[in-house]
Amino acid sequence: MLDILAYAAFFLVTALTYGIICLGLNVQWGQTGLFNVGVAGFVAIGAYTSALLTTPDAAGRFGGFGLPVWLGWIAAPLVAGAAAALIGAITLRLRADYLAITTFGIAIAIQLVALNAETLTGGPFGIGFIPRAFAGLEDQPVIFNLANLLLVGLVTALLYYGLERLTRSPWGRVLRAIREDETAAQSLGKNANLFRIQAFALGSAIMGLGGAIGAHFIGFIAPENYVSAMTFQVWAMLIIGGSGNNKGALLGAVLVWGLWSASGALLAAFVPAEYQARAAALQIVFIGVALAALLVFRPRGLLGEEKIVSRFLKD
Amino acid sequence: MLEVRSVSKHFGGAHVVSDVSLKVGKGGIVGLIGPNGAGKTTLFNLIAGTLKPSQGAIHLEGAEITREGAHRRLARGLGRTFQIPRPFAEMTLIENMLAAAQAQTGERLFANWVMPGRVAGEERANAEKAMAHLEFLGLARLAREPARVLSGGQRKLLELGRVLMADPRIILLDEPGAGVNPALLDAIIERVLEINRRGVTFLIIEHNMDLVARLCGHVFVLAAGRLLSEGMPEDVVRDPMVIDAYLGTGAA
Repeated sequence: MLDILAYAAFFLVTALTYGIICLGLNVQWGQTGLFNVGVAGFVAIGAYTSALLTTPDAAGRFGGFGLPVWLGWIAAPLVAGAAAALIGAITLRLRADYLAITTFGIAIAIQLVALNAETLTGGPFGIGFIPRAFAGLEDQPVIFNLANLLLVGLVTALLYYGLERLTRSPWGRVLRAIREDETAAQSLGKNANLFRIQAFALGSAIMGLGGAIGAHFIGFIAPENYVSAMTFQVWAMLIIGGSGNNKGALLGAVLVWGLWSASGALLAAFVPAEYQARAAALQIVFIGVALAALLVFRPRGLLGEEKIVSRFLKD
Repeated sequence: MLEVRSVSKHFGGAHVVSDVSLKVGKGGIVGLIGPNGAGKTTLFNLIAGTLKPSQGAIHLEGAEITREGAHRRLARGLGRTFQIPRPFAEMTLIENMLAAAQAQTGERLFANWVMPGRVAGEERANAEKAMAHLEFLGLARLAREPARVLSGGQRKLLELGRVLMADPRIILLDEPGAGVNPALLDAIIERVLEINRRGVTFLIIEHNMDLVARLCGHVFVLAAGRLLSEGMPEDVVRDPMVIDAYLGTGAA
């Protein structure tokens, strides 16, 4: 019983971490229509930033500054957001398909830096000993996981509240106008480039925060965590949950992560040991099938964008 | 009000607009006619800032705006609609309208947390104004529907409404009559005349000569990128050069 509770809390913390990343993608794609296929890259920037700042001094690697965890959680979105603003200023004039190719390339470049810049990132071995929140409770897994769930749940709730206000604000309305028709938005006095850079930076900052939270919960990061499969998962979460809807982004994250974990457990239980490695690919297949089925039956996702989004028009 | 001085636009070797000058006086309704491919919409895009001229200058109420971005023109009082309407399809009519209001505090990212009261106040005032305009345009009952449900003519009305949200002093209308059924066409004409009575200047591209005659006091004729003729609508349509341009040499 306690084992199940500990696992449920562990599962939810991971799912909410993805939920946070998915909220970031919702700002970019759901609201603004920015086709970012480099999600994993910005998650990695956040994770590595926070890890470098908070780990103890390490021989043969830059830093380990031993700063407190909360400082890492603040720095991660700032660095990821700043990187995105810089990249956005250069690339956001690109049409949607070219932006996709560019962000894909950037994410691969970031992953390769993580893999090869050993003095900065620890190379293929990654960074270990990342301090965990509530580390003192580690020997009691139930309490440790529940405490983390409480903390991550609180961060998610705050983020959700803040983003809801933005989505329903005039700022969010301009993003949707740009998504629907950029030329028309320009003719109505909106500086489309400025808004797109803001949305890209904000979304990527949120992805960076998700990366930091995940890194501190597991306590270890490596370049292989931040590959295109992660980007695909987050996209599947957003599309299944409902693009343009913050609740949908969170719901999709929990559902897809649930499908991912359940299929992983089933494969582990029923597939003979010698085929395990190859069977793991089926996990991605399951998500792909779920995605395709949903797009047939509910093309706008489980919770699509609401008809009237702006506050003060709701009644 | 609006002055276009010797403006040219070429794309590579194609001279789409060549040395066009025209003036639109305050309070008038001025037409811009010409056969297909004459460069009318390109000239509109130059005036609206969507394209930058290769040569020449554009002045609005005395200020030069030639190279200013398209997104700055509405704040200067110049609004435009599109030949093929561009509504924000997945947004409701009322939110289409609200998006067009100028200088909104809530469009600044952090203002939404720092001064929520001011944002809320502006939103309520803008919503009231938007509903009044939708009422005027006969679209009020659709206010809470997404713009994609509108017919072609209704989309033209919505575009006009969006522009009105910014209290413009001059509006460029690109073919308000194209693809609009006769009943709705009358509605559009009535609204344009009413807005004009309130002091707004219009520059209108139109093919329907009946509509031009009913609306415009003065027309400019563009053909092959050049200004061919100008004058009262009834004189211009009798000008042999204009008839030539429309129907081909010898038709007159």
